[in-house]
Amino acid sequence: MIKIQSISKSFGERLVLNDISGVFEKGKPNLIIGASGTGKSVLLKCIVGLIHPDEGSVFYDGRDFYGSDRNSQIEVRREMGMLFQGGALFDSKNVEDNVMFPLNVLTKMALPEKKDRVNFCLKRVGLENVNGKMPSEISGGMKKRVGIARAIVNNPNYLFCDEPNSGLDPQTSIVIDDLIQDISEDLDITTIVVTHDMNSVMGIGERIMFIYKGQKLWEGTKNDITHSGVKELDDFVFANKVMNSLRTNT
Amino acid sequence: MIKEIGKYFMFLGQLLVNRERFKTYYKLVLDECQGIGIGSLFLVALVSTFMGAVTTVQTAFNMVSEFVPDYVISQVVREMIVLELAPTIIAVIYAGKVGSSMASGLGTMRITEQIDALEVMGINSISYLVLPKILASLLMYPLLVIVAGVCGMVGGYLAGTLTGVITPNDYVYGLRSSFNEFTVTFALIKSFVFAFLVASISSYKGYNTQGGALEVGISSTQAVTSSVIAVLIADYLLAQLLLSK
Repeated sequence: MIKIQSISKSFGERLVLNDISGVFEKGKPNLIIGASGTGKSVLLKCIVGLIHPDEGSVFYDGRDFYGSDRNSQIEVRREMGMLFQGGALFDSKNVEDNVMFPLNVLTKMALPEKKDRVNFCLKRVGLENVNGKMPSEISGGMKKRVGIARAIVNNPNYLFCDEPNSGLDPQTSIVIDDLIQDISEDLDITTIVVTHDMNSVMGIGERIMFIYKGQKLWEGTKNDITHSGVKELDDFVFANKVMNSLRTNT
Repeated sequence: MIKEIGKYFMFLGQLLVNRERFKTYYKLVLDECQGIGIGSLFLVALVSTFMGAVTTVQTAFNMVSEFVPDYVISQVVREMIVLELAPTIIAVIYAGKVGSSMASGLGTMRITEQIDALEVMGINSISYLVLPKILASLLMYPLLVIVAGVCGMVGGYLAGTLTGVITPNDYVYGLRSSFNEFTVTFALIKSFVFAFLVASISSYKGYNTQGGALEVGISSTQAVTSSVIAVLIADYLLAQLLLSK
């Protein structure tokens, strides 16, 4: 479980996050949603420690991330896996080496053991026989899957996904969403997904936090999202033509 | 400017904290050595050979007095190559080739979130990415300077003897005459300092790239400019410190 308390962040004069608190539960995807430029990715980066918040705390299963020393932060980070928007695969390494990278650097596993683990993770994300391919030789959807495989190879307790569906076709997006949901449930890990894709929200949004202009305006599930009573959320949700037609029909 | 220098030293401070295992760096350093050393060898040899050739011809052109023996030409060539051309001019070329490559490589890693990926894994990205580059630079650049020195003198020999401005015997005699070994030590000291400056400044610029592809290009250009300025300042300071009487 991840708990955030009163997270605030400014860039110069501009307040990007304003006093955001919340709890992200284990075993299911927790979605942070909102329009572009509302601070979702900044919030995610504050949670993982890539951006230091001006105020507030982040607790990983009770461990105060920003209140601890650097070594303790590194220990927490070694329990994290993250899927970046563009995949963030290492260009100079092939798929196998990309997925094996955390094992090479962070563990003392023997090579055959590492290869088995890599193959297991690649199979888990539905990729086989791509071990020798370079990131430039695979599609966007495959890159995301390799990114997920790399994120889970070290058995993380926390999985973070920044816009996992950006740039993907609707079918591949569903595959990636389902994968994230299955992994969260199977591995019983705390997963946070930042997205503005309503398909994802309606597909895997078991717990959703809506951010608007740096503030948390609403929290709930996909079942409640269409009748939240929050105008800004309605504007966001029903901006999608399909969703809007559903509203009109009901 | 002062703030930037402060940030640079803080960046250097991160190089040695929370390092990974020795084995991890060993392979990275070897890879970097190959890129830096082998990759630069041809350019360094080519430039230094022509530098030696041109220096010989131009020195000969300026030797107008009958009272100055011909072997002085190769003495001048030797001193110029060992003291300045090999370590310093090659450092400028090194900054242009290796420095810009380091900056653009790290800049691309930054904008494609590869550096963030390392950080999230709990890896000190500065130490992991930059330390091997600096170590490889410290290992390879002095060797490149030695190669440049040899090629420069060979280039001078070829140009001098083939054009007839100096005989082979005079050229070799001049190279050996009144030779002060400290000039080689001085050149190697300079090469270590320049290697460190080019690698660390270029890495700093690349690592701190923000934005997109355009900014990667800007970082790369800034890396070369800043490295060259630092090399020239260090060149003067080292000469003042180690050669002044």
